[in-house]
Amino acid sequence: MVGSERLTNRLLNIYLPLVFYVVFLLFPFYWMSIVSVKPTNDLFDLKFNPFWIQRFTWENYTYLFRETDFGEWLKNTLIVSVVSTALSLSCSIFAGYALARLRFPGSNFLGVGIFLAYLVPPTLLFLPLAQVIASLEIYNTYWALILTYPTQLIPFASWLLMGYFRTIPREIEESAMADGCTRLQILVRMILPLSVPGLLSAGIFCFTLCWNEFLYALIFMSSGPMKTIPVGVVSDLIKADTLFWGSLMAAAVLGSFPIALIYSFFVKYYVSGLTAGAVKG
Amino acid sequence: MRGTAVTAGSLLERESSLGIILMLPGALLLILFMAYPFFLGIWLSLTDSMIGQMGEFVGLRNFTDLLSDTIFHQTAWNTMIYATVTVPFKAALGLGLALVLNQRIRFSNPIRAAVMMPWIVPTALSTLGWFMIFDPVFSPLSWLFKHFGLIAQNINFLGDPKLAISSVCLANIWRGTPFFGITILAGLQAVPNELHEAAAIDGANMWHRFRNVTVPHIEGVVLIAALLSVIWTFADFQLIYVLTKGGPANQTHIFGTYAYQIGLVATDIGMGAAIALYMFPILSVFAVILLVYLRREG
Repeated sequence: MVGSERLTNRLLNIYLPLVFYVVFLLFPFYWMSIVSVKPTNDLFDLKFNPFWIQRFTWENYTYLFRETDFGEWLKNTLIVSVVSTALSLSCSIFAGYALARLRFPGSNFLGVGIFLAYLVPPTLLFLPLAQVIASLEIYNTYWALILTYPTQLIPFASWLLMGYFRTIPREIEESAMADGCTRLQILVRMILPLSVPGLLSAGIFCFTLCWNEFLYALIFMSSGPMKTIPVGVVSDLIKADTLFWGSLMAAAVLGSFPIALIYSFFVKYYVSGLTAGAVKG
Repeated sequence: MRGTAVTAGSLLERESSLGIILMLPGALLLILFMAYPFFLGIWLSLTDSMIGQMGEFVGLRNFTDLLSDTIFHQTAWNTMIYATVTVPFKAALGLGLALVLNQRIRFSNPIRAAVMMPWIVPTALSTLGWFMIFDPVFSPLSWLFKHFGLIAQNINFLGDPKLAISSVCLANIWRGTPFFGITILAGLQAVPNELHEAAAIDGANMWHRFRNVTVPHIEGVVLIAALLSVIWTFADFQLIYVLTKGGPANQTHIFGTYAYQIGLVATDIGMGAAIALYMFPILSVFAVILLVYLRREG
């Protein structure tokens, strides 16, 4: 009897809420996925239960590559995300190391400044920034995004790496310096290899944010096929008078897939990176 | 070293100069694409500039004009609702999620990974899922309610001016809950198990253990997550842009979407900059609270 009471308790306190959360948080993905593999006619047939698939098709996915610029958007998103992540990560490694290890004039001030920069939202800056982009004549080029994304990435990434570098014992550096290594040699040959988990966290964080970014991409790079996936899908695939749901959902699933995949491979690093901002250490 | 010729090598060896050199690349990007546009935005907001044409200085006229603009009033009200109503829901749901995920359950790793998805994947794309869930014709929610005889007509989630703000709030709660969940879970895992056991031996029931052992350990992370969430939600753009573009009849405009509407669509960039800058004092208050709290905690 005691055992069954325990089971009832677990059912009520754990499994029931768990089912609620799984349904609430995952239903939109389930819905997007099933709509993306249904023939358009089936959406209209009210006899069918909309929560299930009667006939399966890939035609919405092939349509994206045949009839839309999805392939082009994919290429753009990849280029922008990879280059901007590399740029941000390099800047953040240097800044994080300087803030973690070096005493220099203004370091406290810069530390606080970087933290505040993390809190500056893109909506505050996008209008004047559009003018800056126009006067630099990089509007509608990859550079418009590659150079502006780091402002959203460097603050968090250097904060995260600073915390990581601080956990590496100083003695390692001191003995290397006694052996005649320079600071930069130490950073490249000793600190970075010891910081691979921190670098992965920061890199995944940067890449994900680049891939997902919407506002700057919508305004600075959005004419013709020069779009990123989120902007292209939202601006070009919603049509007023045609039946677009299947291809729209297919594009949303396909555009989310790389991020979901990276995330599920590196979930540990992602979570430690995500929570580093809120949980000290 | 002082007084002798300064070589590149010595600049890279001295702590003070090396520190500054290492900060430079990041700082340059932040100055050019964050600090400079911020001040340019203040200047624009004081002019009657249109896109592509620098205007005249008009003082605070944009700001005072907005005070008598009824759409701006609506926008400010919507933003307040959107940022303050959703956060308690996200925090409460996130706390529940964290408590459940902190239990020993089968398949806990894949479940943890899966429920984080709303926070991970591109918001503009997952919002398209909600766009269809809220569709007046194809909504699965309407189908379900009709199927069980609860409603006779499909619900117009985004077209009905009264419902629209609730609908966008629901989508925002969905997206933000995992962030609170994972952050609070990290806090929960820092609670030493011995404390729970000791309290249980002393006869504390589940509620007392939660109140006296768990809560003091997670207060901090909940507060930080809530402050970050208020700031992000307050300054949101994409979720509303994708779902309603601020409509119907401006019932879901928030500062970000209204600034976009006026500054880029209507090309009145000076006025748009003023709308965006109205966010600044409120954002500053939350940023300062966060900074002071983090400094006090060390």
